[in-house]
Amino acid sequence: MNLSDYKDVYVFAEQREGKLQNVALELLGKARELADANQEKVVAMLLGKDIKPLAQTLIAHGADRVMVVDHDLLKDYMTEPYTQAITQIIEENKPSIMLIGATTIGRDLGPRVSARNRTGLTADATKLEISDDEAHEFRMTRPAFGGNLMATILCKNNRPQMSTVRPGVMQKMAADASRTGEVVEVKINFNEQKINRVKLVKTVKEEKTVTDISEAKILVSGGRGVGSKEGFEKLGALAKQLGGEVSSSRAMVDAGVMEQSRQVGQTGKTVRPALYMACGISGAIQHLAGMEESELIIAINKDKYAPIFSVADLGIVGDLHKIVPMLTERLATMQR
Amino acid sequence: MNIVVCIKQVPDTTEVKINPVTGTLIREGVPSIMNPDDKGGLEYALQLKDKYGAHVTVITMGLPQAEAILREALAMGVDRAILLTDRKLGGADTLATSSAIAGALRTMDVDLIITGRQAIDGDTAQVGPQIAEHLDLPQVSYMENLEYDEATKTFTIRKQLEDGYQVLQMQAPCVVTALASSVQPRYMTVNGIVTAYDKEVEVWGADRINVPDDHIGKAGSPTSVFKSFPKQLKPAGQTFEVSPEEAVELIVNKLKEKHII
Amino acid sequence: MDFSYSKQEALFLQMIREFAEKEVKPLAAEIDEEERFPVETVKKMAKLGLMGIPIPTQYGGAGGTNIMYGMAVEELSRVCATTGVVLSAHTSLCCAPILENGTEEQKQKYLPKLASGEWIGAFGLTEPNAGTDAAGQQTQAVLDGEEWVLNGSKIFITNGGYAHVYVIFAMTDKSLGTKGISAFIVEEGDPGFSIGKKEKKLGIRGSATTELIFEECRIPKDRQLGQLGKGFSIAMKTLDGGRIGIASQALGIAQGAMDETIKYTKERKQFGRSLSQFQNTQFQMADLETKVQAARLLVRSAHYKKDMGIPYSADAAMAKLFAAETAMEVTTKAVQFHGGYGYTREYPVERMMRDAKITEIYEGTSEVQRMVIAGKLFK
Repeated sequence: MNLSDYKDVYVFAEQREGKLQNVALELLGKARELADANQEKVVAMLLGKDIKPLAQTLIAHGADRVMVVDHDLLKDYMTEPYTQAITQIIEENKPSIMLIGATTIGRDLGPRVSARNRTGLTADATKLEISDDEAHEFRMTRPAFGGNLMATILCKNNRPQMSTVRPGVMQKMAADASRTGEVVEVKINFNEQKINRVKLVKTVKEEKTVTDISEAKILVSGGRGVGSKEGFEKLGALAKQLGGEVSSSRAMVDAGVMEQSRQVGQTGKTVRPALYMACGISGAIQHLAGMEESELIIAINKDKYAPIFSVADLGIVGDLHKIVPMLTERLATMQR
Repeated sequence: MNIVVCIKQVPDTTEVKINPVTGTLIREGVPSIMNPDDKGGLEYALQLKDKYGAHVTVITMGLPQAEAILREALAMGVDRAILLTDRKLGGADTLATSSAIAGALRTMDVDLIITGRQAIDGDTAQVGPQIAEHLDLPQVSYMENLEYDEATKTFTIRKQLEDGYQVLQMQAPCVVTALASSVQPRYMTVNGIVTAYDKEVEVWGADRINVPDDHIGKAGSPTSVFKSFPKQLKPAGQTFEVSPEEAVELIVNKLKEKHII
Repeated sequence: MDFSYSKQEALFLQMIREFAEKEVKPLAAEIDEEERFPVETVKKMAKLGLMGIPIPTQYGGAGGTNIMYGMAVEELSRVCATTGVVLSAHTSLCCAPILENGTEEQKQKYLPKLASGEWIGAFGLTEPNAGTDAAGQQTQAVLDGEEWVLNGSKIFITNGGYAHVYVIFAMTDKSLGTKGISAFIVEEGDPGFSIGKKEKKLGIRGSATTELIFEECRIPKDRQLGQLGKGFSIAMKTLDGGRIGIASQALGIAQGAMDETIKYTKERKQFGRSLSQFQNTQFQMADLETKVQAARLLVRSAHYKKDMGIPYSADAAMAKLFAAETAMEVTTKAVQFHGGYGYTREYPVERMMRDAKITEIYEGTSEVQRMVIAGKLFK
């Protein structure tokens, strides 16, 4: 393998039902940065059925070229046809770097592609960079051991250097409608016999109602300061806006305001969400024991001496009954 | 029906601590366990054994002490246990690992290969699909339910997606990767434990698998670890006594900074 | 003896810990609060073979050791002493005397169902006027043709009302004193056998403790267990075994209270430091840990001797005496370390302290254990 034959940064532009996934745009943002560091191009691989109109969005977010593979076999994601398509693109174009979102689709596709092409694949990277020394090494950093350790991975002698990338970590570029790029349609020689070994019976979309608060990524949690069921409705609105769940301290469970299954703490559940928003929770030790490992803790409490502030990343001394509805409204406006 | 379940011994990462000075894992006192997703996969296999009399083999690649999880699997009710261990296999990344395990599987008559979706020490979710690729078998990952129809010899698999699920069908031979959260693995039985050490654990070396040396171990690994370091500790937070309007601004900025919104 | 766990024991420990943590612990506070017998847990234990650990496989048991059985009682009691005593009474007080004294027919009839957990076992010796002085039995059994007829009552019977098989002691010849006591197997549903009042207790509140009433209770002649007149010796020997079970229970309670206290004192901050950083905490905990470990060695040694067929009567008494008193001390101090929270039901040490007390009382009070130990010293 002559490494110098391989160039450009390829991004798998994941779409579902004709809708580009956010992670695809995030990856383009990062790919732009990596490609610029090596004076290379950003190439988006857009696979699906009737998806060509999405190409312009990809260009606006940083792609120099979009390779469109439009085929009935690619309508719903299936491991084999997608692997065949990507493999043919690799063989014909020799990418240096290939980024795939670490979604259930990307984490299925990535390893299959890497094994077919006998190259390395880094999983769930949270940081990607080109070293600023002469080597211009591509360094992929990822958490391991349950997030206790970070490891920087290299793929020195194989190409493409593949990585799946955790959604929500990279920054997408602001869309620039004036950007121009090339759109190339690619024909794939599918091996249908291999593809037919797996039959898709159906795809079902469901609104996931996470009632297990320990599984929720975002928790808006209420304590004595919330006061009542009505108070919790305000928290519920905020949780809905953030795509999270409502949880509670013991006090509100004992008062019969919240159900026991939503209780955080010593006698409830231990949670570790990406965001724990503690509203009107003073933070008794048995509550802290159940949530202090949350990644981001924001606390709102009237009492500036409340122990919850000692574990919070951001503490607000104030009235949750005013702040929470205002915040919900603000987030709603931002989304519109 | 012959089922092989690929399992891995992993440190219980909920108990792992990092030496903050050297950035290395403190392995001392950390219990080693059967990887949870693998154990979920094993439960699916044992259910097929209960229902259809499938013959269940477990295989693990690792150090000799990985025998412990094979004994555990025997105590849970598997029929055969294989330990693939060899210095030549050491230092393998996911591709080299999957090459070695695929090599072992190639020597066996298998209808269904089950792996866990991912191992809790690496969280890569790569080895299952890569094994399938090396063996040129169809595969479905993120399995959260498995049914088998004896008449048509068809496996029906429910695959988890972020926003729902898919139902897929395959016929033997094929590969699935299982989710621990979808199934409650059985406990070892007391009699299973009492007799687990009377049974044989087959020990296989690299010579048993007929895979070229440059496809296994460190030599067969395209990726290498450049460095590893502990996750940075959280800086102490700040508390503000401000108007509700300012509070909302502070929160929104924080949420943006952390990519929550 | 070997102080380390065998490979099987290590595997067993892994299983029983996980089982206790996932299946038993979540129910502990609830069954205590509701004074409810944990039927669902017993079913789960049965599925894994936990109801017949030391019973040989030929009688449907798991073919394990008494050490494993002790580990099971300890680990269950570590999170829920009620569950521990259900298993202990079933195994030590019902399965064991049938295994050790039963005819082949009796073993074939009872052990497979007891070992599989389809049936639960119990033991009836204590009477209102025959506690520590067990020789004062007033329940009588009279042979009437092909049937024994039992009259009298038993009190404080663990698993009462939930058990299907009861090993019962009764006077068959009052003139012979302890040599006039015989053992019988009574089944749930036998005519004239009924369950009396259920006790309301300080601790192990999920465990059913009831009165057993025998009014012209007729059972077939072949339900006699062991030889006629050997009942007292069967009872004493059974209690020797039972005592190691209770010692394991006490040890488990003590360990559970240690676990909770270590966790709490590390989390709880007063005067700007964790409680665990105060020397008072450290020294007291060091002393308690030493006692718990000493108790564990005594318990293990007694189980080991039983497995090896070495006489263990005094060993069992010492194990139970020491483990029970250690459990009481550890749990009392655990509540103290928890302060006001420890006195509430929000933390499990309150329950553990209540549960610990019974281990100093049943299957021979601490005073009886001292009598047994002294009896060996001065014989």
